[in-house]
Amino acid sequence: MNADRRRTELRGMLFAVAGATVVVAFLLLALGANPWEAFKLLYEGSFGSMAKLSATLLVWVPLVIASASLVITYNTGLWNIGVEGQIVMGAIFATWAARTIPGPGWVVIVAGIIAGILGGVFWGLLAGVLKTHGGVNEIFGGLGLFFVSLGLTTYLVIGPWSREGVASTSGTDLFERDVWFPRIGSLDVSWLSLVLAVVAIAGVYLLMRGTMFGLKLKAIGNSMSSSARLGVASNRYMLGAFAVAGGLAGLAGTTQVMAFHHKLVPSVSGGFGFLGILVVLLAGFRAAPVAPLALFFAALSVGASQLELRLELDSSVGGVIQGTLVLFVLMAAGWQRRRADLRAAAREAQAGSAQ
Amino acid sequence: MLELLDIHKHFGAVRANDGVTMRVEAGTIHGLLGENGAGKSTLMKVLAGFITADSGTIHLADEPLEVSNPRESVAAGIGLLHQDPLLCLPFSVLENFMLGRPESLVLDPDTARAELEELATRFDFQFSPDATARSLTVGERQQLEILRLLSLGVRVLILDEPTTAISASQRVLLFATLRKLTDEGLTVIFVSHKLEEIEEICDRATVLRAGQVTGEVELPVPAAQLVSLMFGKAIVPEERADVAIGDIVIELDGVTVAERLVTLQDVSVAAKAGEVVGLAGLAGSGQQTMLRICAGQRKPDQGVVRLHGEDVTSKGYNQHLDLGVHWLPADRLGEGLVEGLTVTEHFALAGDTPQGFVVDWQGAESEARTKITHFSVKGTTDSTPESLSGGNQQRLLLAMMPDHVELLLMEHPTRGLDIESAEWVWHQILERRTDGTAVLFSSADLDELLRYSDRILVFFAGELLRELVASETDTEELGYLIGGKDRQ
Repeated sequence: MNADRRRTELRGMLFAVAGATVVVAFLLLALGANPWEAFKLLYEGSFGSMAKLSATLLVWVPLVIASASLVITYNTGLWNIGVEGQIVMGAIFATWAARTIPGPGWVVIVAGIIAGILGGVFWGLLAGVLKTHGGVNEIFGGLGLFFVSLGLTTYLVIGPWSREGVASTSGTDLFERDVWFPRIGSLDVSWLSLVLAVVAIAGVYLLMRGTMFGLKLKAIGNSMSSSARLGVASNRYMLGAFAVAGGLAGLAGTTQVMAFHHKLVPSVSGGFGFLGILVVLLAGFRAAPVAPLALFFAALSVGASQLELRLELDSSVGGVIQGTLVLFVLMAAGWQRRRADLRAAAREAQAGSAQ
Repeated sequence: MLELLDIHKHFGAVRANDGVTMRVEAGTIHGLLGENGAGKSTLMKVLAGFITADSGTIHLADEPLEVSNPRESVAAGIGLLHQDPLLCLPFSVLENFMLGRPESLVLDPDTARAELEELATRFDFQFSPDATARSLTVGERQQLEILRLLSLGVRVLILDEPTTAISASQRVLLFATLRKLTDEGLTVIFVSHKLEEIEEICDRATVLRAGQVTGEVELPVPAAQLVSLMFGKAIVPEERADVAIGDIVIELDGVTVAERLVTLQDVSVAAKAGEVVGLAGLAGSGQQTMLRICAGQRKPDQGVVRLHGEDVTSKGYNQHLDLGVHWLPADRLGEGLVEGLTVTEHFALAGDTPQGFVVDWQGAESEARTKITHFSVKGTTDSTPESLSGGNQQRLLLAMMPDHVELLLMEHPTRGLDIESAEWVWHQILERRTDGTAVLFSSADLDELLRYSDRILVFFAGELLRELVASETDTEELGYLIGGKDRQ
């Protein structure tokens, strides 16, 4: 039955990719570009050389971690739009650690990671408490807190943490070189961020699959009242989900400041909290497909800059491709759900007549 | 005359209708009887155009009838009334009444209002055209839907298990309405798995079993004959063995609690170990509130709740759960089982296998397998509750009950189940008494209350009207009390 389901899912995915490719190809033709050329450039622009691959992985890391965070809250039935704000908060806390904790580089790095996670937990829990105890829908709470965190970043960047003598929105001073995440050779990407990203997504996979915590989150997400009857303390576990998800988002923010920008900038979150929503939708709210899907999305974002350089297309074509793909996958999923419903109806009739 | 000839409908390998032929005389009430899953609903959905048969023909007044959707079916004069009619809840009664009428550009609410009021008066229905559909009870929604179908020119009215969710008094009104309709020459098809109702109201009945017609009878006939047609064997109700009654398990002392629609007034009552107490009353008279108070889901505004003499008034639901209180809600999917989680996952969540931080999937699965075999749940450990039939959902809920329960609270334990499943469910419940479990249950089925209770508490408008010994009363007295008055 499981193998069956995987096969249908794979079929749906192939249908979606084929459909999206055709639509995008026509779109490129309409823009006067050769689709084959464009797809080749996208590939070469993201995987064509070690430097390109490194650039793609730089995007992949925060996207995977943010998506891992979203897997937790989606499975709990929470529309945690506030991930973006939790990433910003993680970045702020990590920046604070990088600027103030004394000691050798690795101590500061560890302190930065811990501080970043705590910042995300704090912001996530705030959205959670607003929901469970204040009756504020997590969508509005999360969005509101995101804007607060944006304001706070701008204030810090042009206020207390501004560069000596300059008050500019281009960011704080660069961190000391020894508190940057260690890189792989001469490439921009850091092995430490890659490790953190893999640990994050693998951890979420194991959490959802093998622990009582994950099972209870899933139960709440599927039916709050039924799981309450079975004795699951829904408020406590929802807060737990917000805390874990917030911590992961904070970790994504940490990698943004300590492995990418090396300073705090106003747009530090990079939209990964929102892009992660698309990744998780495509992944069907499961952890396993997140890593490859995020890689695909990262490649599209990075490769699209080649379209601009070589074909004089706007790089937003990358976003169009992502959006088209998501639409097709949702369509395929809806279509398969209809078929599954019909099958379930037949099963019910069977179960009934077998009585 | 309406004829369904040799109807076949398969779902995959399942033959829901396997060559069904049924003839319905115009101007009669024709029963369609069968247990859950016998193929009744499939047949009626074919007739009403919701699904298309694989083969077979339908004739209405000697004309062949071909419908591919419900709208065409209504235009041909056939209308299906759902158990709980799907109304547009924020709309008013009048607006719902006007929905689905042949379109014209301009709405004509005045004519529609006049027609609605005329129809409502004719059938003694009392609802205001301006009330919102949300404020109607399920029974009143059915009444509105009947009027709407009549105004659309329906001559054959199909009712699919219409009495499942309505009160006893609404049932009386519904049956009177059906008789009036047939007096006016309309035809009614009454689908049910309840023998008494078929016997009470129908002129003839067709009995289905496993997708085939097992008989067509002119009523009245002995109940045993209907049962053997339905099940292929006669079911002898189990004699209810007496068990020793023990100490008081649960005690309510002067409990008052105000809910949105009903206020439970100063209720003082107790239930003892091994005792079965039935809660009777119209829907929303306070029985449900009382069960939820006993379960710790709702705290009383005033009064004290004691469990084995200990004051548990301020304790929450989870603490009650730890103290051995088990609550089975009427809404088995909405409040009982978690949709989307497999049977194994249910046992991991709330089974007897001890669970740490990491789930013991093997333990949970072997527990699930043992329990679903023992409780004859038709499904696998991978099944999700929404894929199970109502009877199997109730079996799964009972299978998940801990080995020892001090107090068992149930809302409508056999609602929607056929006789065989209902008998089985009660067998399980009554067995619990020997273990010293006190049982409190609410039901709209008077026979169920009389047959399985030791005592019956009758609620009326939030007041505990009377406490009866089940063996010293009958359906008539109970019926009057539920309506708020003593027997004349």
